[in-house]
Amino acid sequence: MEAEKRLVSPYDFLTDMGFELFEKNQSLDSYVEAMNPDYLEDMGTNREMLRANYHAIHKKPEVDEKVKSILIKGGVNKDGEKEGFDILLKPGEIVSIVGPTGSGKSRLLADIEWLAQGDTPTGRHILINGVQPDEDKRYSMDEKLISQLSQNMNFVMDANVEEFIRMHAHSRNINESDLLIEKVMQWANDLAGEPFTKETPLTALSGGQSRALMIVDVAFLCQSPIVLIDEIENAGIDRRQAMALLVSTEKIILIATHDPVLALMANRRLVIKNGAIDQVIEGDEHEKRVLGDLEKMAEKMLSVRNALRMGNKITLKV
Amino acid sequence: MITVSGPPSSGKTSIIEKTIKELKKKEIEIAVIKFDCLSTADEMIYQKKGIKTKLGLSGSLCPDHYFVNNIDACFRWGRQENVDILITESAGLCNRCSPHIKEVLSVCVIDNLSGYHTPKKIGPMLKFADIVVITKGDIVSQAEREVFAYNVKKVNPHAKILHINGITGQGAAQLSKLFEIAEDYDSLDEKKLRFTMPAALCSYCLGETMIGKDYHIGNVKNMNL
Repeated sequence: MEAEKRLVSPYDFLTDMGFELFEKNQSLDSYVEAMNPDYLEDMGTNREMLRANYHAIHKKPEVDEKVKSILIKGGVNKDGEKEGFDILLKPGEIVSIVGPTGSGKSRLLADIEWLAQGDTPTGRHILINGVQPDEDKRYSMDEKLISQLSQNMNFVMDANVEEFIRMHAHSRNINESDLLIEKVMQWANDLAGEPFTKETPLTALSGGQSRALMIVDVAFLCQSPIVLIDEIENAGIDRRQAMALLVSTEKIILIATHDPVLALMANRRLVIKNGAIDQVIEGDEHEKRVLGDLEKMAEKMLSVRNALRMGNKITLKV
Repeated sequence: MITVSGPPSSGKTSIIEKTIKELKKKEIEIAVIKFDCLSTADEMIYQKKGIKTKLGLSGSLCPDHYFVNNIDACFRWGRQENVDILITESAGLCNRCSPHIKEVLSVCVIDNLSGYHTPKKIGPMLKFADIVVITKGDIVSQAEREVFAYNVKKVNPHAKILHINGITGQGAAQLSKLFEIAEDYDSLDEKKLRFTMPAALCSYCLGETMIGKDYHIGNVKNMNL
């Protein structure tokens, strides 16, 4: 997606911060120099800080070279035994992570997020495009590796759908064009099944609509190369279509779930045990057939659900 | 010493407790000074976890002023007790709070649920912090987290931003690393606040309760109506 620099005039910047200005079109320096230090103190800021703030809103996120691969170099399990796997992740791939609670799934994800360099309890190393990333990348919010679709099904932000998309695009320095809004709206509506509009308040969206919007938003507006999906409840959204969308935007998709349909959609499964990757299972033909059967069952469930919702009598043969 | 501040209920205590848990693994001696206004049960939370704690209640005084009037004594206490890292926790009860000290590592804790306009409303406590910890990220969407972090970055471009989950402690290990490398001091004498504290010197500071122009004495500011 093209990143376009948005210029904010010094006047708009300062009035947005609550300053009262009398003349328009002046330079930041002339505004700031003219301000009484006591007034600035009243506003809880100072000249130096204001200049830094103005600079910050114009700072382009450092667009690094594209992430072409992420290598997870094995560490040790909870007993200090060597983890026998190095895992290479590539864009467009779906990998599921399975294992009982407390086995170390979150630890693995935290290692990736924190770009572990042998300095976490697992001793793993994370390499981006084959090299060890810089230390200051760890604190840079522009280059977060993982965006997360967690279990929450609701928004808390007090804005409508369009304002929300614009705000998010703005924060990512993406040109918030009407075209983008249309694209997001269309996809989100397709996934959700129940239509909603640009004017719908975020907090009024149903679980399924919220989920759909979150997924489409991650696909089009998040720069992170990895999408972590905790769980996509069957909230009426088309999960296969959701996956296809995320894959088509060249994301690496990690699914930490016990939901059989989701787990089997992955190309590979990492089995976590005792704090380390214990097995890597590649999906075979048999598993694909099982997935097909499960999906048919899920579809049946969904159609009965919808029929119930519409007040119909259930005529389907189960 | 490290100063931790943030709006009420933003998760300061949870974040400190989770971070101390990480530090304790390395046998670092830690103590917490909890500053609050009227009452708090947080010192019990620390004590239950075996963390050395002192409590300061400001009562009817401005909590910020109470803080700065006691902080050097707290520091001396910490030295007497051979504490390696002394953490102060103070609630930013008004958004004009300014508890950070130059050269002393400062942390502001703020939560995703507080609304996306909030970073703009918070003054020196957030703007002049070295580290901003954003909590309650598990309750909001990825986009809301990003918008919130962006708004924080806008008002404090210099800070390191960390996302920490106060319940699971995810992210606390990173904060503990930054605590470990924080600078050491022999004393707080001659150190300066990063920004002036909120001020008032009027009849109401001295206990006046009557309303009306006749009772407005001292440092009084009038609204433009």
